[in-house]
Amino acid sequence: MEFEAIIGLEVHAELSTKTKIYCGCTTEFGGEQNTHCCPVCMGLPGALPVLNKEVVTYAMKAGLALNCEINKETYMARKNYFYPDCPKNYQITQDETPLCKNGYVEITTEEGTKKIGIQRIHIEEDAGKALHREDGTYVDFNRSGVPLIEIVSKPDMRTAQEAKMYLENLKAILQYTEVSDCKMEEGSLRCDANVSVRPKGSTEFGVKTEIKNMNSFKAVEKAIEYEIKRQIEAINRGEKIVQETRRWDETKGETIVMRSKEEAHDYRYFPEPDMVYLVVDDEWINNVKNTLPELPDKKRARYISEYGLPEYDASILTSSKALAAFFEDTVKEGASPKDASNWIMGEVLRTLNDREMSIEDIKVQPKHLAKLIELINNGTITGTIAKKVFKDMFETGDDPEKIVKEKGMVQISDENAIRDIVNKVLDENPQSVEDYKNGKTKAMGFVVGQVMKASKGKANPQLVNKLVEEELQKR
Amino acid sequence: MHTKTLHEIRELINKGEVSCVELTKNTLERISSVDDKIGAYLQIDEEGALNKAKEVDEKIRRGEEVSFLAGIPMAIKDNICVEGLKTTCASKILENFVSPYDAHVTKRLKQNDAVILGKLNMDEFAMGSSSENSAFKKVRNPYDLERVPGGSSGGSAAAVAAGEAYYTLGSDTGGSIRQPASLCGVVGLKPTYGRISRYGLVAFASSLDQIGPFTKDVEDCAHVLEAIAGYDEMDSTSAKKEVEDYTRYLNQDIKGLKIGIPKECFGEGLNEDVRKEIENAIAVYRKLGAEIKEISLPMSKYALAVYYILASSEASSNLARFDGIRYGYRADEFEDVVDLYVKSRSKGFGDEVKRRIMLGTYALSAGYYDAYYKKALKVRTLIINEYKRAFEDVDVILTPTSPTVAFKIGEKSNNPLEMYLSDIYTVPINIAGVPAISIPAGFVGGLPVGMQLIGNYFDEGTLIKVGHAFERETEFSKVRPSI
Repeated sequence: MEFEAIIGLEVHAELSTKTKIYCGCTTEFGGEQNTHCCPVCMGLPGALPVLNKEVVTYAMKAGLALNCEINKETYMARKNYFYPDCPKNYQITQDETPLCKNGYVEITTEEGTKKIGIQRIHIEEDAGKALHREDGTYVDFNRSGVPLIEIVSKPDMRTAQEAKMYLENLKAILQYTEVSDCKMEEGSLRCDANVSVRPKGSTEFGVKTEIKNMNSFKAVEKAIEYEIKRQIEAINRGEKIVQETRRWDETKGETIVMRSKEEAHDYRYFPEPDMVYLVVDDEWINNVKNTLPELPDKKRARYISEYGLPEYDASILTSSKALAAFFEDTVKEGASPKDASNWIMGEVLRTLNDREMSIEDIKVQPKHLAKLIELINNGTITGTIAKKVFKDMFETGDDPEKIVKEKGMVQISDENAIRDIVNKVLDENPQSVEDYKNGKTKAMGFVVGQVMKASKGKANPQLVNKLVEEELQKR
Repeated sequence: MHTKTLHEIRELINKGEVSCVELTKNTLERISSVDDKIGAYLQIDEEGALNKAKEVDEKIRRGEEVSFLAGIPMAIKDNICVEGLKTTCASKILENFVSPYDAHVTKRLKQNDAVILGKLNMDEFAMGSSSENSAFKKVRNPYDLERVPGGSSGGSAAAVAAGEAYYTLGSDTGGSIRQPASLCGVVGLKPTYGRISRYGLVAFASSLDQIGPFTKDVEDCAHVLEAIAGYDEMDSTSAKKEVEDYTRYLNQDIKGLKIGIPKECFGEGLNEDVRKEIENAIAVYRKLGAEIKEISLPMSKYALAVYYILASSEASSNLARFDGIRYGYRADEFEDVVDLYVKSRSKGFGDEVKRRIMLGTYALSAGYYDAYYKKALKVRTLIINEYKRAFEDVDVILTPTSPTVAFKIGEKSNNPLEMYLSDIYTVPINIAGVPAISIPAGFVGGLPVGMQLIGNYFDEGTLIKVGHAFERETEFSKVRPSI
């Protein structure tokens, strides 16, 4: 039997507001333990939460960027559970009235564009962090009360790749809107997956499992792939899938049971009586709408129509806000969109990948990349030399003009000088001359390469080609 | 000296007949001579009180203008935070908890240069109607030491009645200010929900709790209310409504004012002698030219049921933070974290608190939420509407505060349901969120009887006006216990 998977994702993103959701403490990452807290986020007796309006603005921004409707009247709710990192032993979140609902994210699959629905986005507070040490467990409440949005997708994804694409696009949108920095390593983006399988063509859902503890997009993809396979194999063995929560074990590469449905909490949600209703009016919504930047979808379309870039290149360049900005700044500094795109898609991203760095960390300035491109186009340096110059720029962040000058990398366009090198190479390689005369045109390529090498890459390649051919004819 | 009211003491200070230090020493002496019998105080801050008194005396000597409350000794219920002092809520679980911050009302009192003597005894976490549920000691009624002072703010009421403070603060979730005020023969006001910030009041039931003053008479009440009322950005349920000059409601004529008498509050369960006293009070108002109208509040009979669902549900969640992890009592031995929770909470909380946590946890559970909590919220809306409608016809509503006078210690402590019934007239007011005041209105067998005046939302002014008119006409507020 052929199976199809049903995947839904729950993403927690930390909002980039300066202060916490229910008090004035800073949200800054790190800091000495238990220094970013106060009676409110420590849950001291008598302390009361007051909703930070910025949090609502940020969450609405995410909602609007993700094509959601905004709930104009919502209330906060308490989710009750006991855990040492939860200072009140309840989390103030939203239950029946999420701030945003019914949105979507578009992904590009082989069959074309697909909309992945977003069921809801609600605001809530983060918990503290338990620190397990040899002499016992400690809790750091710096993170307690840091604002989060939980983005719950509809069960619209069918493969692990689709899930990964959804996450990538979601992350790009959250970064574009500056709602969240989405740093998975700092815990500002977390993802749980709901996975079930069913016979292809069936309209009923199978029993789902929830997978937790995935620390990268790659892990999400692998965990979902594993879980789909596990469920299909179980069904084929005649077993029943049970509703449970499973943990992804990165080293073992498998999902492991955490708790069964019977062990699931009864959170006893009820409206937070310490807070009044949150009412959002049209003016507030419109103000947030007006601050939305150009989002990845629109940007991609513009790159294709305005710059004539291929769809693939446009998708890559718009995949993160920082990369798109780098590209646009390079174009603004005078590079043609095609050249800028080729360089960024090629040398820039390759080098970043090799070093496991991201575009945010690059030392090269867009204006210097534009200048480098100009140096090639006006014949000052060759393409080969340009790659060397770029390496230098990558290390030092220096101006390419300065590098070229200091290292004497200017292109040689003097015909006589190049002809001398050509003849010298031909003298040293009689076999190549022989081959050429016998009709093996490949030999010319070899000679050109040797000439470039002898000139240390500085010879004008067009001239080299022309002169090699001329000299070969003469012999 | 200790029998005088706050406004009388202010006058003495202003005339230079007594210094704040003398006054404070005098009150501390009064406490040490009677509190062994009363049990109103859980903690006394002698040093802090005397320092403050000295400071105010110096201000006065320098000719600075001081506030009405400046230099006058008062005390605070032990569920309201005062920086550097313990806030125990009369519970073992918070026995050694020292608050690192001031409640909003504490801040306001300090701004007014109040002399804070210490913290007052109560039913554990404000759950109870007799102050017998304190984990540390019982409070006794100054009129009869064999009887309860009412609760949960029993310490706050008894301290004012016995002259151990010139005014005190309490909290009222279902009658916890008005019922003890009634039983101890003092004035107790529960303001409109949102009139006073709850920041720093250890929450019992967030949607019902309200802080309020205990005083010897209505005039004092107006002064204290004015000092502590108002919007606070730290409490989003506090109202952005301007605070009135409540003293301008004193000495006003009430001719033609409409007083509603709900017939439901005079039926079964009301002690006959108490009824007679309240009927005498109504007669006083008739004589003063008020128009007495019988009204009906049929939804009120559901108030107690609604109350025990909503209050317990909120309490079950509000009290979850007391778990022995970060502060407060922690069991000595435990296996793991769950065992730590279970043992610390089992040993740290008293029976009544545990009873309500269980009740509330049950009411919020999956499968029961709609039948209990959600339904209770709907009935709450009906009760709110009923009061709104009633205030279209009348200016205030008059009822007994409590169906009986102070009962004997131990008389009801084994029968929670009977204990709950002592709040039958006060609970609906918290459900509706309107303000109400209890005023001494008679005596039965030497024990005080209180009358409750209920006002429209944010109309504390009318309560002051109507209460003060009664006080000018009668002598009940001038009676002091013989202790």
